Amino acid sequence: MGSFCQGLIDAPIDFRVVCESLPRFFDGALLTVELTALSVLIGLCMAIPLGLMRVSRNPLLWMPVYGYILYFRGTPLLVQIFLIYYGSGQFQEFLDSVGLWVFFREAYFCAVLTLTLNTAGYTAEILRGAILGVPHGEVEAARSCGMSGSLLYRRIILPKAFRLALQAYSNEVVFLFQATSLVSIIALMDLTGVARVIAARSFDIYELYITAGVIYLVVTYGILYVFKWVEHRTSGHLRERTEDDLAQVELR
Amino acid sequence: MFDLKGYGWMLWDGVQLTLAVGLCSLVVALGLGMLGAWGKLSHARLARGAANTYTTVIRGVPELLLLLLVYYGAPTLIQTVMSGFGRDIIIDVNPFVAGVLTLGFIYGAFSTEVFRGAILAVPRGQIEAAIAAGMSKAMMVRRIMLPQVWRFALPGLGNVWMVLIKATALISVIQLPELMRNSDIAARATRLPFTFYLAASLIYLAITIVSMQLQQRAETWANRGIRRD
Repeated sequence: MGSFCQGLIDAPIDFRVVCESLPRFFDGALLTVELTALSVLIGLCMAIPLGLMRVSRNPLLWMPVYGYILYFRGTPLLVQIFLIYYGSGQFQEFLDSVGLWVFFREAYFCAVLTLTLNTAGYTAEILRGAILGVPHGEVEAARSCGMSGSLLYRRIILPKAFRLALQAYSNEVVFLFQATSLVSIIALMDLTGVARVIAARSFDIYELYITAGVIYLVVTYGILYVFKWVEHRTSGHLRERTEDDLAQVELR
Repeated sequence: MFDLKGYGWMLWDGVQLTLAVGLCSLVVALGLGMLGAWGKLSHARLARGAANTYTTVIRGVPELLLLLLVYYGAPTLIQTVMSGFGRDIIIDVNPFVAGVLTLGFIYGAFSTEVFRGAILAVPRGQIEAAIAAGMSKAMMVRRIMLPQVWRFALPGLGNVWMVLIKATALISVIQLPELMRNSDIAARATRLPFTFYLAASLIYLAITIVSMQLQQRAETWANRGIRRD
C-alpha cells in the first residue's frame, strides 16, 4: 500500500493538492448548484407566461416576446453577463438614485439575473414548441366539451405541453448547469472559480481542472437521471404494460 | 447612442477573428463528428466504447473548464510527462490553436450525434436494395448514403454552427483578440462598458440571424425535388 501511494505521488498526476482542497471544491459545487437551482426556478416561473404570450395571436403580446427570445438565444451568455455586471456601471448614478445599485454592485445578483433571463428565453421557446405540439384533436375535444380560455389551458394544453417539453427541458437545465461555470469570470467562487484560483497558486493545474470536471460530470448525469425518473413517472399511461405490471394487476 | 469613440475598427477586427475561429472549429468538429458517428455505429467494441466515452464526457463538462484544461493544463501535463523521460521542453500554446481545438473537440461530440441520427435516418430498405443490386460498400456509401445523410444532417449541423459561434466568445478568456475580447478592451479604455458590450451582442445577434437565413435557404435548396408528405 505504501509503495502504491508513493507511486501515486511520483506519477504525473498528483492528487495531494486536490485532496487538500476538497472542502473548497465542495463549497464551489454548492454555489454552482445554488445558482443553477435559483435560475431554473425563477426562469421557469417567467417562461410560462412568456411562452403563453409567444403563442398568442395578438402582435402586442407575441412580438416583444419574440424579440426577447431572439436576443437571449442569439447572443453569447458571456456577453449578457458582462452587459449586466459591467454595463450597469455606466448607469451607476441613475441606479444609485433609484436604490438599485446595491444589487447591481454584487456579482452574485448579476449572475443570477443573467442566468435567469437567459434560461427564461430558452425555456419559453421550448414551451412554445410544446404548446404547438399538443394534438389538435385534444384541443377540439376540449372545446366541444365547453372548455375555453384558461380552463382549456389549465386542464388540457399545459399538462400535455409540460410532458412534451420534458426532454428538451432536461437538456436546457443541463446546459444552464454547465453555463454557470461562466460566473467564475466575474470572480464568483463556483466550482470552476475554485479550480482556477487554486490552480493559479499551485503547479497541479490539470489535476484541479480534471477534479472539477469529474464533479460536473457526476452532477450532470444526476440531473439527467432525475429527469428520466420524472419522465417515467409522468408517462405511465403511454407505456405498454410489461409482464411485471400485469402480474401486479393479477395479485390484486 | 453608438458613439464608439474610434474603436469601431477594433470590433471589426474582432468579428473577422471570431468568424475565422468559428469556421476552423467547425471544420475540426465536422471531421471529429464523422469519425465519432462511424465509431458509434461500428461493430468493433473498442471504437464504440471510445465514441461513447467521448460524447458522454463532453456532454458532462462545461466548455470553459475544457478550454482552461487545454490551454493551461495540457502544456503542464506534457511537460511533466516529458521531464519524466528526461527531456525538458517548454510548450507555448497559441490561444487560436487552443480555442479551435477545444471548440472543435466539444462540437465534434454534438455533430457526432447529428451524423449518427442522419445515418440511421436512411431507410433500411434502401441499403438492402443497394446490397441486392450488387453495390460494393464504397459505392453504396457514395451513391446511397452520402447524398441523403448530409441532407438529413443539415438542420442539426446548422444548430451546431449557431451554438458554436456563440461559444467562441469564451476564447476571450485566454486573451485571443476576437470580438468579445476586443470589445472588452474598448469598454475598459473608454469606460463605456454598456455601449461596447451591447454593440458586441448586436453583432453576435446579426451573425446568428444571417446564419439562420442561410440555413433556411440551404435546407430549401437541399430539399428541392423531395416530395413533402
